Amino acid sequence: MILNGSLNGNSMNAVALKMLLGDRAKYLGLVFGVTFATLLMAQQVSIFVGIMSRTANAITSVREADVWVMDPRVRYVDEVEPMRDVELSRVRSVPGVDWAVPFYKGLSTIRLADGLTQQVQLIGVDDVSLIGLCDDMLSGRRDAIRDPQSAIMDRNGFLFVWPEGDFQNSRTFELNDNRLRIRGVCNEKPTFLTFPILYVTYQTAMEITPPQRKKMPFIVVKARDGVTAEALATRIAHTTGLQALTAPQFRWRSINYYLERTGIPINFGITIALGAIIGAAITAQTFYIFVVENLKQFAAMKAVGVTNGQLLRMVLLQASVVGSMGYGLGMGATALFFFATKNQPALQGFQLYAQVMAGTAVSIAIIILGSILFSLRKVFRLDPAVVFRG
Amino acid sequence: MSDVSLRHVSKSFAAGDGQVQVLHDVSTDIRLGELTMLVGPSGCGKTTLISILSGILSASAGEIELLGHSLTQMNDRKKVMFRRKNIGFIFQQYNLLPALTAAENAGMPLMASGLSMQKASQRACELLDAVGMSDHVNKLPRQLSGGQQQRVAIARALVHSPRLIVCDEPTAALDAASGKGVMDILRQIASTPERGVIVVTHDNRIYSHADRILEMSDGRLIGDHAPDAFIHKE
Ligand SMILES: Nc1ncnc2c1ncn2[C@@H]1O[C@H](COP(=O)(O)OP(=O)(O)OP(=O)(O)O)[C@@H](O)[C@H]1O
Ligand SMILES: [Mg+2]
Repeated sequence: MILNGSLNGNSMNAVALKMLLGDRAKYLGLVFGVTFATLLMAQQVSIFVGIMSRTANAITSVREADVWVMDPRVRYVDEVEPMRDVELSRVRSVPGVDWAVPFYKGLSTIRLADGLTQQVQLIGVDDVSLIGLCDDMLSGRRDAIRDPQSAIMDRNGFLFVWPEGDFQNSRTFELNDNRLRIRGVCNEKPTFLTFPILYVTYQTAMEITPPQRKKMPFIVVKARDGVTAEALATRIAHTTGLQALTAPQFRWRSINYYLERTGIPINFGITIALGAIIGAAITAQTFYIFVVENLKQFAAMKAVGVTNGQLLRMVLLQASVVGSMGYGLGMGATALFFFATKNQPALQGFQLYAQVMAGTAVSIAIIILGSILFSLRKVFRLDPAVVFRG
Repeated sequence: MSDVSLRHVSKSFAAGDGQVQVLHDVSTDIRLGELTMLVGPSGCGKTTLISILSGILSASAGEIELLGHSLTQMNDRKKVMFRRKNIGFIFQQYNLLPALTAAENAGMPLMASGLSMQKASQRACELLDAVGMSDHVNKLPRQLSGGQQQRVAIARALVHSPRLIVCDEPTAALDAASGKGVMDILRQIASTPERGVIVVTHDNRIYSHADRILEMSDGRLIGDHAPDAFIHKE
C-alpha cells in the first residue's frame, strides 16, 4: 500500500502540475493573488513594526546602557520629568553599578543664520564617556563635541535643515541666544518625533538650556559583571525611590505608551487587518475557484479510479506550487520596496524583518490550507455520478 | 451464475421535504460477451441504473453482484479499487482533462493505479492506435473533434483491460458517421467472451449494434428484446 502510494505520487503529481500549468492565465491569476496578499501583509506589518520601533530608537541608540533611571512619573521616553543632580551620586553608590552617567534629552528650538527657526531634539551626553553619542560619523570627529560651543547633528536632520548637504562646511546657529557650530554629522536611525537630533555634551546642554532647579532627565547605568540588569534596576528603585527600568523594559514601556495613547497604531492596525483580510479573501477565493472550476475534472478522475487521497495530494501539490511562487514574488516585491526607499528619511530604517517574513508565510499557508480544505470537502463529497450529467 | 446481476434494486433521491423514487424493484442479469443496450424515455432512470451497477452510486435497496463480488457489501474505497480494476467508463461529455494529451488522458486509469505517466502513455498509444487515433496521440482535447475525443475516451475506458465497459449516450454528441465508428469499436470489444459492454442510448440509429436491448420506463424494466424485434416494434 505504501509502495502503491509512492508510485501514485509520481504520475498523479505530474497530472496535477499539468492541470495547474495547462491554463497559464488561471495559473498566473492564482500566483498574483498570493503575491498581492503577501505584499500587502508583509509591507504593511513591516512599516508598522518600523514606526513602533522608532518610538524606542532613542533608547536602543544608547547601546551601553543596561538600566535607565528617571523620575517615577515618566511613562515613556519622550516625556521629561527632570531629577535633582544629587540623584546621580545616589545612583552611583548603589552596589552593582559599574558606572552611571547623566543623559539629557529634550526639545529645543534653533535659530538659523537667516533667522528661520527649527525645532530639534537636543541630546546631552556625558562629557567624559560620550555615552549616547552616535558613533557612525559621516564627517568630523566624535570628540570635537567636547570643544566649547560644538554640536553634532544626525544626517537626516542636517539634510532637513540644510538641504544642500555639504557636511564639511561647518554651520552655525543659535540656541537660546548661544552660538553653536556643527562639528560633525553622523548616521542615526530616525526617532518617532522625526525632529533633527542635535548632540552636545551634557555640560553644554546645561549651559544652553534655561536655568531650572532640576534639569537632569535621565541617568543611564551599566551593571557590574555578574549583576543582571533586572536585579540592578530593582535595587536602584528600592534604594533611591526613583524609577529604574532595564533598557528592554523601558523600550517596551515606550512602545506600549504609543500603542495605547496615540491613534497611529489603531489606524495602522486597521490598515493591516484590512490588508490581511483582503489578502486572505483574494487567496482563499482564487483557490476555491480553482478547485471548484476543476470539479468536473476531479469527478472524472474519481470515476476512473483516482482516490480521494490521491486528489488531496494533487491539490496540496498545486497549492504549494502556487503558494511558494506567490509568496516568493510577494516577498521579493516587499524587499524591493524597502530597498528602493531605504534612503528616504520617512522610511529609513524600515526593513523586512525575519519575523514578519515567517509570520506572513504562516498566514499565507494557513489561508491556503483553509481554503483548499474548504473546497476539497466539495471534491470529497463529490458524487462521481455527476460525470454522467451534462 | 451471471456476470452482472441486479436483484430488487430501488433508488430514491431526497427531493425537497420528501423522496422521489427513481428506480422501482429492478431485477435483471447481464452477460459478458454481449453488447447490452438500455433504452427508454428521458428521465426514466437509465443513468441512475448504470451508475448503481458500476458502483459510483449506491442503491437504496436491493442486491448487486458484479463479476462475482457483492457491490452492496463494499465500502467506498473498495468500490474505487474495484472500478479501477474492472470497469471502464465512456461518458456523453467525454470528460477528458484539457491539460493532458490524448495519450495521457487515455492512460489515466493506469496512472491512478500507480504506473508512471510514460508507461501509461505508452500503453495508451496502443489503444489509440486500435481506435484509429495513432496520428493524434500528442494532441490536446481542444485540438480534436468530438468524434476523436470520444475515441480517446474509449481508449481510456479500455486501457486497463476492464471486463465491463459502461457507456452513457456515447454517440449523442456525434454525427452519424462518427457515431457509427464508435459503435463499431464497442461492438468489436463485446465480441470477446470475457468482456461486456453496456450502452445507454436514445439513438435509434445504433440499435442494430446491440445483442440485446433492455427497455425502461418510469424506473422499471419493461422489456428485454432482441434488436431485430425491437427495431421493428419501434
Ligand atoms: N442526484 C439526484 N437527485 C435528485 N434527483 C435525481 C438525481 N439524479 C437523478 N435524479 C432524477 O432521477 C430521474 C432519473 O434520472 P436519470 O438521469 O437516471 O434519467 P435518464 O433516464 O438517464 O434520463 P436522460 O435520458 O435524460 O439522461 C430524473 O427524474 C432525475 O431528475
Ligand atoms: Mg441519462
